[in-house]
Amino acid sequence: MGLIRETDFGTPGRAGGAVTLEIDGIAVTVPDGTSVMRAAMEAGVRVPRLCATDTLEAFGSCRLCLVEIDGRNGTPASCTTPVAPGMKVATHTKRLADLRRGVMELYISDHPLDCLTCAANGDCELQDMAGAVGLREVRYGYDGANHFDAPKDESNPYFTFDPAKCIVCSRCVRACDEVQGTFALTIDGRGFASAVSPGGFDGFLDSECVSCGACVQACPTATLTEKSVIEMGQPERSVLTTCAYCGVGCSFKAEMQGNEVVRMVPYKDGGANEGHACVKGRFAWGYAVHPDRVLKPLIRERITDPWREVSWDEAIAYTAGRFRAIQEKYGRGAIGGITSSRCTNEEVYVVQKMIRAAFGNNNVDTCARVCHSPTGYGLKQTFGTSAGTQDFRSVDGADVIMVIGANPTDGHPVFASRMKRRLRQGATLIVVDPRRIDLVDAPHMPPALHLPVRPGGNVALINAIAHVVVTEGLVNEAFVRERCEGDSFARWAAVIAEPRNAPEALEEATGVPAALVREAARVYATGGNGAIYYGLGVTEHSQGSTMVMGLANLAMATGNIGREGVGVNPLRGQNNVQGSCDMGSFPHELPGYRHISDDATRGLFEKVWGVTIEREPGLRIPNMMAAALDGSFRAIFIQGEDLAQSEPNTKNVYDALQAMDCVVVQDLFLNETSGLAHVFLPGTSFLEKDGTFTNAERRINRVRPVMPSKTGLDEWEVACRLATALGYPMSYPNASVIMDEIASLTPTFSGVSFETLDRLGSVQWPCNDAAPEGTPIMHIDGFVRGKGRFVVTEFVPTPERATRLFPLILTTGRILSQYNVGAQTRRTDNVIWHPEDLLEIHPHDAEERGISNGDRVMVASRKGSTTLRALITDRMPQGVVYTTFHHPITEINFVTTELSDWATNCPEYKVTAVQVTRTNLQADAEAAE
Amino acid sequence: MDVSGITRMANQIADFFAASGHDEAVKGIAGHIRNFWDPRMRRALYAHADSGGEGLTALVIDAVAKLRKSDTTVTTS
Repeated sequence: MGLIRETDFGTPGRAGGAVTLEIDGIAVTVPDGTSVMRAAMEAGVRVPRLCATDTLEAFGSCRLCLVEIDGRNGTPASCTTPVAPGMKVATHTKRLADLRRGVMELYISDHPLDCLTCAANGDCELQDMAGAVGLREVRYGYDGANHFDAPKDESNPYFTFDPAKCIVCSRCVRACDEVQGTFALTIDGRGFASAVSPGGFDGFLDSECVSCGACVQACPTATLTEKSVIEMGQPERSVLTTCAYCGVGCSFKAEMQGNEVVRMVPYKDGGANEGHACVKGRFAWGYAVHPDRVLKPLIRERITDPWREVSWDEAIAYTAGRFRAIQEKYGRGAIGGITSSRCTNEEVYVVQKMIRAAFGNNNVDTCARVCHSPTGYGLKQTFGTSAGTQDFRSVDGADVIMVIGANPTDGHPVFASRMKRRLRQGATLIVVDPRRIDLVDAPHMPPALHLPVRPGGNVALINAIAHVVVTEGLVNEAFVRERCEGDSFARWAAVIAEPRNAPEALEEATGVPAALVREAARVYATGGNGAIYYGLGVTEHSQGSTMVMGLANLAMATGNIGREGVGVNPLRGQNNVQGSCDMGSFPHELPGYRHISDDATRGLFEKVWGVTIEREPGLRIPNMMAAALDGSFRAIFIQGEDLAQSEPNTKNVYDALQAMDCVVVQDLFLNETSGLAHVFLPGTSFLEKDGTFTNAERRINRVRPVMPSKTGLDEWEVACRLATALGYPMSYPNASVIMDEIASLTPTFSGVSFETLDRLGSVQWPCNDAAPEGTPIMHIDGFVRGKGRFVVTEFVPTPERATRLFPLILTTGRILSQYNVGAQTRRTDNVIWHPEDLLEIHPHDAEERGISNGDRVMVASRKGSTTLRALITDRMPQGVVYTTFHHPITEINFVTTELSDWATNCPEYKVTAVQVTRTNLQADAEAAE
Repeated sequence: MDVSGITRMANQIADFFAASGHDEAVKGIAGHIRNFWDPRMRRALYAHADSGGEGLTALVIDAVAKLRKSDTTVTTS
């Protein structure tokens, strides 16, 4: 297969009524508002162009796309001229050819003629246009004033900016504005002195640029070029696949030379990203081929022994032997496993099957436990299904966007760009977050209504908002009457209407002025289509599930469910959190969210799997740790999760893992957890995987291998071999057959196959006979459970309170350039933006403690302490501090507590009472080294 | 299993269901524990209740009484 080149229609599509015109004598019908340039492309006629591309609004600056139109004077630019009924357009005439050649002569007179040694050779639109217009000479010569000596900016680790090659078409500037929404670039100067500038900064690295790469992709010349292309040359083939970072699930073309990746280019027809990307997906893929990768299995008798490299056969036999011995001694339930949200659906399915069929128990859990398990519980209780309601595209129809406990510009940047575009068009933004996140005052959009909720006060806040809706007559009575349970609504509304739930009564719990809460409630309930987007700031609380149900209640009460522009939308953290949950990774559920105690469902699986399945729920991750400490849980298989860094209350995790007789880690790199392991089974990166990921909008995307497995096996093959060695023969010829088995056993997946995905690109489940091409928006005609169910959501304060000893509240999160525990991003040049985790602290809190910017501070809770450097910022509210957990040395989870969500045991990462003091501890340690 | 952890989790569940009135709450708590707790956790809860149930709320005590009647898997005392 060669390179995939999507058609560029020159200007964006439009959705107006039909207009018929003639282009070079060819009749074509297009939507009203379409440009002549795009209409020409639809008719198969390519008008020469440089400043136009269909991901950006027309600009009309390059003067190359001129056309002649019957009855009109002059030669208008086809990109900025809309079609009209009966219009007759000529795109290629002698007059136009002369004009275009003249324009090209001017461009080329100030362009280095180094095509043969240029990185863009073979992928340069300027070169293409020179050919298209028949440029044979440049009458002006090359000795006039020019920009040939303009210095290159190579500060960005991933791309260079070479102004000598710039034609000032503004595509990069417009991409930054329109696609990414950062507005980091500008055209500096006027006339001949015009030059692209990173906002007046000296270089891209120091500027506001977020390195999304949209400018690089938009550049028609070699001005903005990936360093990998400069180093390696042009790619020769593309493979369509899916990013393995966040839950947006961007589609990419992996552009290759042989089995080496040259660059990752976001795919324009990708359902989730539509051609956009972020710094992680586009550039930070180098970890996949990093020399730290462990490619051979390792085993050791004791964790104090050195690792011994062994064959796959020996590693599998050794693991099976230890697991069986443990089960014989301590019982079938003494072992279990954890699936990874970074792995494919097929890999996850096979691991949970191995646990249920070969281990013979339901001690399977997933890293979704620590992020979005409350989403699964809460949305199932209220709507009937454990997933978000909308596709990402739906935000284009939102009038009011409520972002709660999420920081999309950092955590889900590609979706954030889409959201910001809608906000710039005029949608109203409500942000509920203790911190003043970047969205609150992003460029070129009105400031958000910011509700700086106190950590732990979410449920109080959602109840207060609902109180306003109920008591001020803002309930959508018709929707509730038609779509929801009358009795549950009546009960909920009666409780919510009680004065104790008024914003004024809950002001102390929420930390938000009552007037602001009332304003937000009114805006959400009356502002048109109201869409809720939320993240881990909702779920990672002791009342995480309650809050999810509170959001669902609010959406139902206001009728904001079941159409475009509305909904309750979890922004999933990892690439396959949705999928790992769908695949039966929870200890109480089989694939498709069916309870393990349901005899009929178990019977289906038992028939296909040929084994009896335990009918009792198994242990969740925190329960596994507790059971390890009491001696009843002795061995664990951990697929792609670094428990010892990511779980809260790290000391407890260390103690639990050390108490086990056999810890097996399947991962790309040795990590904190493998330090406590007895077996290390090398995993495969997303570039080697064959399967599917399911993103936050339930979109099942294909993950295609772009290179052979570096370990010699696919990850699912490892689980199959282990299951077989344990006495349960399991094998598949390929990943496609695994999906076929999933589809045969899971009603919401019954229409899914690799063939379907290859044909349609992607589908959103449910995908079955009722919806053969998937379901972008759920609950349109009715809720999955029938009638929507309101649930009473009493506010119960977390026991984790600020005290005299621990007067501040610590909350944790992540930033744009890094990803979770950093195993991937720390092994890329992204570390340049985040060499260490910092503690963000309000100036007043810092001053009280004598802390200056950059000081090393100790953060201590009742569980433990760690040290890191302080960053003083007024985006933090007083009394709250914040940090990330991207670097293991930070050890922030030694500080977080064992508290968790009441329904799901999702840890309460977002609320830890701490004290912060200046310290020299780490500096002393570093000096001693 | 760690009794303090079991107690805390059971009480948290009770806090959620408490709003629905005694009988519904007991039913809800029992159902939640039955649906989501591994048998060894239920066993530990029953054992703790049998030994006086220190720290368990009254709703949890009542829920345990109801739950264990139908719990054929875990049959302590």
